[in-house]
Amino acid sequence: MESRRVTKTLEDQWMVERQVREIYDYFYSIPPNSHLELQRDKHFDYLTRGLRKLGPSFSVLDANRPWLCYWILHSITLLGESVDAGLENDAIDFLTRCQDKNGAYGGGPGQMPHLATTYAAVNSLITLGSPKALSSINREKLHAFLLRMKDPSGGFRMHDGGELDVRACYTAISVASILNIVDDELIHGVGSFILSCQTYEGGIAGEPGAEAHGGYTFCGLAAMILINEVNRLDLPRLIDWVVFRQGVEGGFQGRTNKLVDGCYSFWQGAVAFLIQRLNLVVHEQLGLSNDLGTESDDSSESELSAEEEHLEVTSSHVQEICPPQEGQENASDTTKIADTGYEFINRPIAMQPLYDSMYLQQYVLLCSQVDGGFRDKPGKGRDHYHTCYCLSGLSIAQYSWTDEADSPPLPRDVFGLYSRNLVEQIHPLFNVELDRYYEARKYFSCL
Amino acid sequence: MDSSEEKRTRIPFKERPDWADVKPVPQDDGPCPVVPIAYTEDFSETMDYFRAIYLANERSPRALQLTAEAIQLNPGNYTVWQFRRVVLEALGVDLHEELKFVDRIAGENTKNYQIWHHRRWLAEKLGADAVTNELEFTKKIFSQDAKNYHAWSHRQWVLQALGGWEDELAYCQQLLEDDIYNNSAWNQRYFVVTRSPLLGGLAAMRESEVNYTVQAIRASPENESPWRYLRGLHKNDTQSLVEDSQVASVILDVLTSNNSHVHALSFLLDLLCHGFEPSQELKSAVDVLTPQSCSPDLALTKRVCSILELADPMRVKYWNWRKSTVPVQSATCQNTDRLADLCARMSDL
Repeated sequence: MESRRVTKTLEDQWMVERQVREIYDYFYSIPPNSHLELQRDKHFDYLTRGLRKLGPSFSVLDANRPWLCYWILHSITLLGESVDAGLENDAIDFLTRCQDKNGAYGGGPGQMPHLATTYAAVNSLITLGSPKALSSINREKLHAFLLRMKDPSGGFRMHDGGELDVRACYTAISVASILNIVDDELIHGVGSFILSCQTYEGGIAGEPGAEAHGGYTFCGLAAMILINEVNRLDLPRLIDWVVFRQGVEGGFQGRTNKLVDGCYSFWQGAVAFLIQRLNLVVHEQLGLSNDLGTESDDSSESELSAEEEHLEVTSSHVQEICPPQEGQENASDTTKIADTGYEFINRPIAMQPLYDSMYLQQYVLLCSQVDGGFRDKPGKGRDHYHTCYCLSGLSIAQYSWTDEADSPPLPRDVFGLYSRNLVEQIHPLFNVELDRYYEARKYFSCL
Repeated sequence: MDSSEEKRTRIPFKERPDWADVKPVPQDDGPCPVVPIAYTEDFSETMDYFRAIYLANERSPRALQLTAEAIQLNPGNYTVWQFRRVVLEALGVDLHEELKFVDRIAGENTKNYQIWHHRRWLAEKLGADAVTNELEFTKKIFSQDAKNYHAWSHRQWVLQALGGWEDELAYCQQLLEDDIYNNSAWNQRYFVVTRSPLLGGLAAMRESEVNYTVQAIRASPENESPWRYLRGLHKNDTQSLVEDSQVASVILDVLTSNNSHVHALSFLLDLLCHGFEPSQELKSAVDVLTPQSCSPDLALTKRVCSILELADPMRVKYWNWRKSTVPVQSATCQNTDRLADLCARMSDL
């Protein structure tokens, strides 16, 4: 074989590295200034304008308007802002028009329902958060739609006659879980399908045989956690793959030997973040809990009882919100299937982040951030999708050492000016703001 | 008609006599929609007519033509694509013609889910006939973008559903000669080696594949792809990995060279965790790389982690975590030591 010569991969990579290095050199050569700061006002303007008006070039997103809603509303919420009552009403009204009469949401009024736009619409309404928003979702019909999208392989199709992949599994399970409409029929076979998508590299692909990819890895891991089958994945291999996806630039790449992209700050960052609460499962897979006289033995036992405690808290908490009704089946069993999202967020973070969270924040703020919005990388244009996922990734990184119930992140965990840069916290399985998630959970628990 | 011709000669639907009977259906956006798009007149009108046809479930030649126009305006509209499939089936259209239509649209839109899904649907209908065309088509895409995810998924689907495996390993080889860092090509190689009905399966192919991979590593030791591939080749058989002298040899060579050591060290760490007994040469190579701050009593696995903490500082927390979770000895020593440990504890009681 020829010795190393410059290939396209290397050429592309060096070009990006050079651009990023220029940016870092510049910002570290001048006194600390506003670029180490989150440009809140500019982002808010960019986002609210998009909510109100989009130019003709957005016609190519005409079948993705709930996504635009979600990218924008979620970003606004992460900035700690909200939309006025008028805009909120308009959003609820619009999304309701996207809701199909037989359940679930399409890309626009009159379009066929689709799992991705359903996920986006549901998350948007949960982000808006009012009873009016939440009650607008027809859960029974949505459940029926999910069942229609279910495939014999165990996976889901994105729409009637549509493609089948790990994204569809995640969007279906996420929506079912957050709306409290999960059942055995929906879950059956999903775990096996996702497992068959874990590749030799350790990450997860969209379909069996395809390449390990950050977006699909997030979807696969999150779905497995929600259906309580995460122990079936080879987690040590997955961890090894994801930590190597952080590049010299500080940001994450989607696949091995590809280029950094701001949106993977969330897709890959969240994978790393989810792992931090899975240390028990990981240690078990590494055969550690069986070792005699090791430190991990003691700590795993206490963590186990802490986890059991949390599960009990979960069941009793739900019973507080929703007193058992006559004839209702064993509430705690249903809770355990339906409430994995809540149970997960209550697990202690017992592992430090395995990636460099400050360096990730640096990439997002110095390379992806522009004057109003965020972009993939220097040289690319901004868009609402990247704004959403760069901010979500920033949140993940800032809160990577914070246990949910506790105090806010320490200044040492936040890049740049703490008072300006701290964003809101998200639920890493659903990617909605955490307080909105709790409200929704409360609302849908009793239904 | 291609899209540039259409722009010049497009007649609005309301002026087309063969559409006079259709009442266009405006979009039900409501009085104050959010994320409203400033559609062009052509776009609005086309979609108004589409909605009319869609709601009436009209499966006619003019409906087919309409979906083509709507797709040109927004190839991401999955509702239009799905309806087009319904019309194609109802009309019994020659799908070879449809393939030509898709080829034209695909030119500008190589990353569009709907187009690839439609291609897959078409190929499934056309069956074995479609193999050569689909493999050629994806090859063309790869000549512009050798890592296009949709194209690779499509190619894999074609091979599994319709066949055409004969030249696939050779094709991977060619792509890797063009760019040894192309991880999609490595992934495809794994796909072929493990799933091709023409080859003997992973176990049968392992030796020649290890040979190939080790050569690739020597040519580019800092290239992550062949290292992951090498792990993948031994996925369910760590014993063969631990006993493979080619593997031990390439690790030694990389560690004693001036090239980046990170992947070699990481691989060595995994081997040690699986019970690998390193040669004296390999141990010496590790000694050379061990920082002064490391206690010489520290177990080999932990020492490798310490080296990695310095050699790969971005992942210092990962290597630190690995240090806390690695076995301190190889598996064969572990059992003897467990027994000794247990005896020691019992004597404390």
